[in-house]
Amino acid sequence: MEAIILQVLNGLDKGSAYALIALGLTLIFGTLGVVNFAHGALFMLGAFCAVTFSRLLQVSHTVVDETRTDFLGNPLEVQVPYIYDIFGETVGAGIIDFAVPLSILMAIPVMILIGVSMERGLIRHFYKRPHADQILVTFGLAIVLQEIIKYFYGANPIPTPAPDAFIGSFDFGLMLGFDAGSIVYPYWRLIYFLFAAVVIAGVFAFLQFTTFGMVVRAGMADRETVTLLGIDIDKRFTIMFGIAAAVAGLAGVMYTPITSPNYHMGMDFLVISFVVVVVGGMGSLPGAVLAGFLLGIIEAFASMPEVLDLLPGINQIIIYLVAIIVLLTRPRGLMGRKGVMED
Amino acid sequence: MTKSNFTRRGVMKTGAVAGAGLAAPTIFTSATWAQGFTNEPTGDTVTLGFNVPQSGPYADEGADELRAFELAVEHLNGGGDGGMMQTFSSNALEGTGILGKRVEFVTGDTQTKSDAARASARSMIEKDGAVMISGGSSSGVAVAVQALCQEAGIIFMAGLTHANDTTGKDKKANGFRHFFNSYMSGAALAPILAAQYGSDRNAYYLTADYNWGYTTEQAVKESTEAMGWNTVNTVLTPLTQTDFSSYIAPVLQSDADVLVLVHYGGNMVNSLTNAVQFGLRERQANGKNFEIVVPLYSELMARGAGENIAGILGSQNWDWKLENQLGAKYSGTNAFVQSFGQKYGFPPSQAAHTCYVQTLLYADAVQRAGSFNPCAVDEALSGYEFDGLGNGPTLYRADDHQCFKDVVVVRGKENPENEFDLVEIVEVTPTEQVTYAPDHPQFAGGSLGSCNPGV
Repeated sequence: MEAIILQVLNGLDKGSAYALIALGLTLIFGTLGVVNFAHGALFMLGAFCAVTFSRLLQVSHTVVDETRTDFLGNPLEVQVPYIYDIFGETVGAGIIDFAVPLSILMAIPVMILIGVSMERGLIRHFYKRPHADQILVTFGLAIVLQEIIKYFYGANPIPTPAPDAFIGSFDFGLMLGFDAGSIVYPYWRLIYFLFAAVVIAGVFAFLQFTTFGMVVRAGMADRETVTLLGIDIDKRFTIMFGIAAAVAGLAGVMYTPITSPNYHMGMDFLVISFVVVVVGGMGSLPGAVLAGFLLGIIEAFASMPEVLDLLPGINQIIIYLVAIIVLLTRPRGLMGRKGVMED
Repeated sequence: MTKSNFTRRGVMKTGAVAGAGLAAPTIFTSATWAQGFTNEPTGDTVTLGFNVPQSGPYADEGADELRAFELAVEHLNGGGDGGMMQTFSSNALEGTGILGKRVEFVTGDTQTKSDAARASARSMIEKDGAVMISGGSSSGVAVAVQALCQEAGIIFMAGLTHANDTTGKDKKANGFRHFFNSYMSGAALAPILAAQYGSDRNAYYLTADYNWGYTTEQAVKESTEAMGWNTVNTVLTPLTQTDFSSYIAPVLQSDADVLVLVHYGGNMVNSLTNAVQFGLRERQANGKNFEIVVPLYSELMARGAGENIAGILGSQNWDWKLENQLGAKYSGTNAFVQSFGQKYGFPPSQAAHTCYVQTLLYADAVQRAGSFNPCAVDEALSGYEFDGLGNGPTLYRADDHQCFKDVVVVRGKENPENEFDLVEIVEVTPTEQVTYAPDHPQFAGGSLGSCNPGV
């Protein structure tokens, strides 16, 4: 029982990342009709926003410590962050410690800007082209973006820890009446799940309860009529692209303490996120979220030793197997709408 | 009017010869083929081929290997301070190139993919006339390129490759490995693990699902079981895995009190990070502190894992602090660190060290043999004993072309003073303890064969 609860929890945090990326993908597909293979790269760029912000906070000047030596025997050059000079060492160290959550402040405008630039600068030229062309150009863009990141940040993972206050695990075992330590779950993963829930709720609320969101939904349902009413729907859709980029970016920012970011992390999530979108139903926002969590949990269960003993290697194909079963039984996905991608 | 000399028979003969030439692998039609051995240097220069991952997940390791190769070439040509040439037990190298020929080099990108590595090695051999290939940061690549070099009649001086198979079932007469292997890691680690954590332990293995993972798991498992440890479970994890939480969670439900992470590179960074997040470092199991072990360490991995690496035991081929901490037995270490550090501003990794040493060893073998002929190099290196290259007295065993030397057992430092001071040396396991018989079951199958000069 403990093992099952633990795998459900594991599935929830991974499902959160899938859901956030798939939500952005669906928003872009639903508004602009573009299949955006660069969306994983936006997740990765978000993670590197956190890395960059953390490094900016640690920009330092050199102080030579004559009492110590470096590896060559020369006096040691100690790097002292400027932030220590400004706020004092204690406060400065505290700010650096909270670099990941604080980097959200930088990631939101940066990611919206990247998203809007991407849409205006490249993707809009492909609206009237076949989906295959859109996939090729966005996939190419993803490769370019990851190579740029590799050039500047290297190929190895970069440790970006959570604040010290959130290091450690919550003991669900004690809370649920099991043995102490039998169901422990890292604090940061719980925070990630809650964060994802808030972002998803925020996006839905934005679309549901604001005039902007209402117009966007109307545009998604009938773009031509909305345009005929004199509304510049293209501009709103461009902004939605920026918002989708920000959602992917935020998912990446908060994921950095879970998996040290590297240039390839976007590609690792991209393919699975597309499967999530297809399983959820192309164009369905609730479907994307539901499928994200569902596949995250199923993937976690497939990695249990008991399952692997029974079906070796099932963990590597389970998501695709579920996708095949869902598409065979419900060709439009779990919550797909009629007419989407059926022309 | 010009008179044509073409006849029907002549054209057919020419066509048949040309056709046969095109059909044969181009490697066997090299202009040097007729000169005794493949790519025999005829001018006043000799070209070495450095095949390292310049893109892909091990690009940082590749960049460090390339730095070491450049430094070695500089030293061979008489530049810089000479590095380890000053401490090397052989005096054959004089800083005048190799056999009086100035050393030049070309580079290839393995991408850490066997096919790409073979293609770049082939290109360096066929197009650039490389007489030796070295480098690499993966056993899959090493085995693939080693086989190619054997076919082509080229010497392969392996870079970072740790799987037993490179000098086990896939060994080749034209291939030589300076780096240690999975068996040695197991043999070096087991006694220290037993001493540090006791001989009554239950170990749970998460193993990368490829050749290196299998041999390393087997080596550590057999060595620790011989010390009294019990293996609770072994689980293979996909190479593409980034989040290991669903693999870590069952460890909590098991009877294990040790987790062995047979992962390398990004896999290891992520699995270790996840294990620490799930509180395994603070966990008590079977009345003991829960421990994590990483059989193969690298400084670049330690940097990626950050503070999570603190206190974790593992093994290394070499460490830049060896001579400072353990004395003159490991001479050559400081000379190399000084050269490398002054040129690049940071200490070398073990990948850089092994590549630098392999280049010097090749050059020295050619110099002593008086020929670039692979069979002459094979004879000069096989059974060769040397010292002063940072690892203490070392033997290049003739039976399998594997170097036998001390193995460094390290631990992630609790309070590193800087970004280069991430690991501390716990102990050095002497050569005798990591030496095995050439027909040891972990190395069974395959045969060295005979050297191929390419004719």
